[in-house]
Amino acid sequence: MLLFIIVSIAEAGNVNSTVMFNHSIRLTILNSQPGDTVFVESGTFFENEIRVDKPLTIIGTKGTIIDAEEKSFIFEITADSVSILSLTLNNVGRSYTKDYAAIHASGINNFLFENITFNNPFFAFHIEKSKNGIIRNNTIYGNAVVEYNSGNGIHLWHSSNIEVVNNNIYQMRDGIYFEFVKHCKVNGNISKNNVRYGLHFMFSNDDEYNDNIFENNGAGVAVMFSKRIYMRNNIFELNWGTASYGLLLKEINDAEITDNKFSKNTIGVNAEGSNRVNFERNTFVNNGWAIRFLGACYANKLQHNNFMYNAFDIAYSGNINGNQFDGNYWSEYTGYDLNKDNIGDIPFRPVKLFSYVVSQTPETIVLLRSLFVDILNYSEKVSPIFTPDNLKDNLPLMHPSP
Amino acid sequence: MFKILKYSFYDLMRSRWSYLYFIFYLLLGLILLFLNRDVSKAVITLLNIILVLTPLIGTLFGIIYFYNSKEFTELLLAQPIKRSHIFWGQYFGISLSLSLSLVLGLGIPFLAYGIFQSTEIFNFMTLLLIGAMLTFIFVALAFNLALIFDDKIKGFGVAILTWLSFAVIYDGIFLVLLLVFNDYPLDRFALGATLFNPIDLSRILILLKLDISALLGYTGAVFQNFFGTNLGIILTFTLLNLWIIIPVLAIKVISKHKDF
Repeated sequence: MLLFIIVSIAEAGNVNSTVMFNHSIRLTILNSQPGDTVFVESGTFFENEIRVDKPLTIIGTKGTIIDAEEKSFIFEITADSVSILSLTLNNVGRSYTKDYAAIHASGINNFLFENITFNNPFFAFHIEKSKNGIIRNNTIYGNAVVEYNSGNGIHLWHSSNIEVVNNNIYQMRDGIYFEFVKHCKVNGNISKNNVRYGLHFMFSNDDEYNDNIFENNGAGVAVMFSKRIYMRNNIFELNWGTASYGLLLKEINDAEITDNKFSKNTIGVNAEGSNRVNFERNTFVNNGWAIRFLGACYANKLQHNNFMYNAFDIAYSGNINGNQFDGNYWSEYTGYDLNKDNIGDIPFRPVKLFSYVVSQTPETIVLLRSLFVDILNYSEKVSPIFTPDNLKDNLPLMHPSP
Repeated sequence: MFKILKYSFYDLMRSRWSYLYFIFYLLLGLILLFLNRDVSKAVITLLNIILVLTPLIGTLFGIIYFYNSKEFTELLLAQPIKRSHIFWGQYFGISLSLSLSLVLGLGIPFLAYGIFQSTEIFNFMTLLLIGAMLTFIFVALAFNLALIFDDKIKGFGVAILTWLSFAVIYDGIFLVLLLVFNDYPLDRFALGATLFNPIDLSRILILLKLDISALLGYTGAVFQNFFGTNLGIILTFTLLNLWIIIPVLAIKVISKHKDF
């Protein structure tokens, strides 16, 4: 097995000299100059606590493995313009007091982490107070079982302008965690089988996430206390369980949720204290509840969404409605369309009396699909008493929008 | 007993009502599959229909058949045959023929559509089994009522009321109780209350297999822990069997003491 490291001092693309340092990445980095490129050959290095405090590019090849043997962190980066590419980082130490990470970055600018595979990291990326970075094409395999002794896949804190692109994250605590993070993009990631959330946003404004897949996570995706978040083309599926949902919105203002697909979740979207959120062209299929509005949700707009075969389309608490439900497709709509303009002639009421009853007393769910409940729903449909009178779709579509 | 079973079975197989019932299910199956094009959706729609219809038809058919064949029954009673054998023979004859109409009527279109290629085969089989069991239960209840009430009108009235109470009223009272005692932990009560109504029991058994996402809320978990396990399934079927066995035994007891 070849076990050596080459430091190339690169000037305008030319490699000038090559140095080997005793099979140690740490020593090599210690002895390198700012702006160097470190090529790490294939092989397993049992190292940890590698500190990168100058601008460097660290490049591995296929089969370059750094194993921390469950002791401490692997890389700690405190310098700007660092790139780390094509490595495999294994077995980061577990701690109840320190957030050990495979790559821990603090206060840096202009970084790139690409093609890195993580096995059993406590945290994979832990990035704080940093700006202008790219985290791309990484794969993270955790083995989290319970929340209290596991870490997050990509953990960002107090950062801005970072792109998290095409990463695959499996079985961590939170797949992606953002706290006080601004102007970031989360695109094309797959976050699966995580113990808590696939994606978790806290106090993070002006971010967007597109084309991601969130599947079979403990509680789905949580977006909390944030403003101006854009969510497009994501897939939320198979988030099943006692307290599970596809997407949780808590204290969210002015968000755009468009072209997403929610399928087979206990609750598709759970919204609480969310205002001025636009739901457009989303598809909700086979969920228990498609959207559940809890308290204080006003001025939200639902348009051109497809609600198909959900046990409940909308659950709503309270009897004042300040939201707009016009122009959606509801598979349960039984009205007619005389002038054939694809808009039903009688309004549709998406909130059933039974869903109101269930929100009051959850145990009543055992009566789902019984004849009595059908009769109850029908009588409420004819003359609404418990559900807000104006909570209806005045322009229900006859066919699902594409 | 088997001779009487055979005669009443053949008698029913020749009657147009059995054909009508069979054709109804055949058409229903075909239309459902034609409209849905998705076997799992069709199974869910079918669930609602089976849960309402099989008990209703079982009750009505059972009581009509009993009253209509009263003269023949009285003729049989004059023969040296055990009373229980006469009524059990008729009971099994009618239950079997109704179940056969159901199983064949729905089975043929689903077979033709290729349920065996679908993963829904097990759910569909459970659904048919439960339909057949509900038929057995409600025909037995109807027979008991017919034995108790000699007056046809009274018998009909009480039979329909029985169906109504199992299908609707029971759930209504159940719901009201749940709402009234909102402040108490209710999941065990809810679990217990479903066991005493065969229709509720069948519905939840099927729902846990189909609509799982909605039920898996807070209460759903309790139910899933109970009904989802092998023990729960065995218990459910045992209870459904008890719902057949007890009324069937009651037929014997009531007929023994009845003065014809």
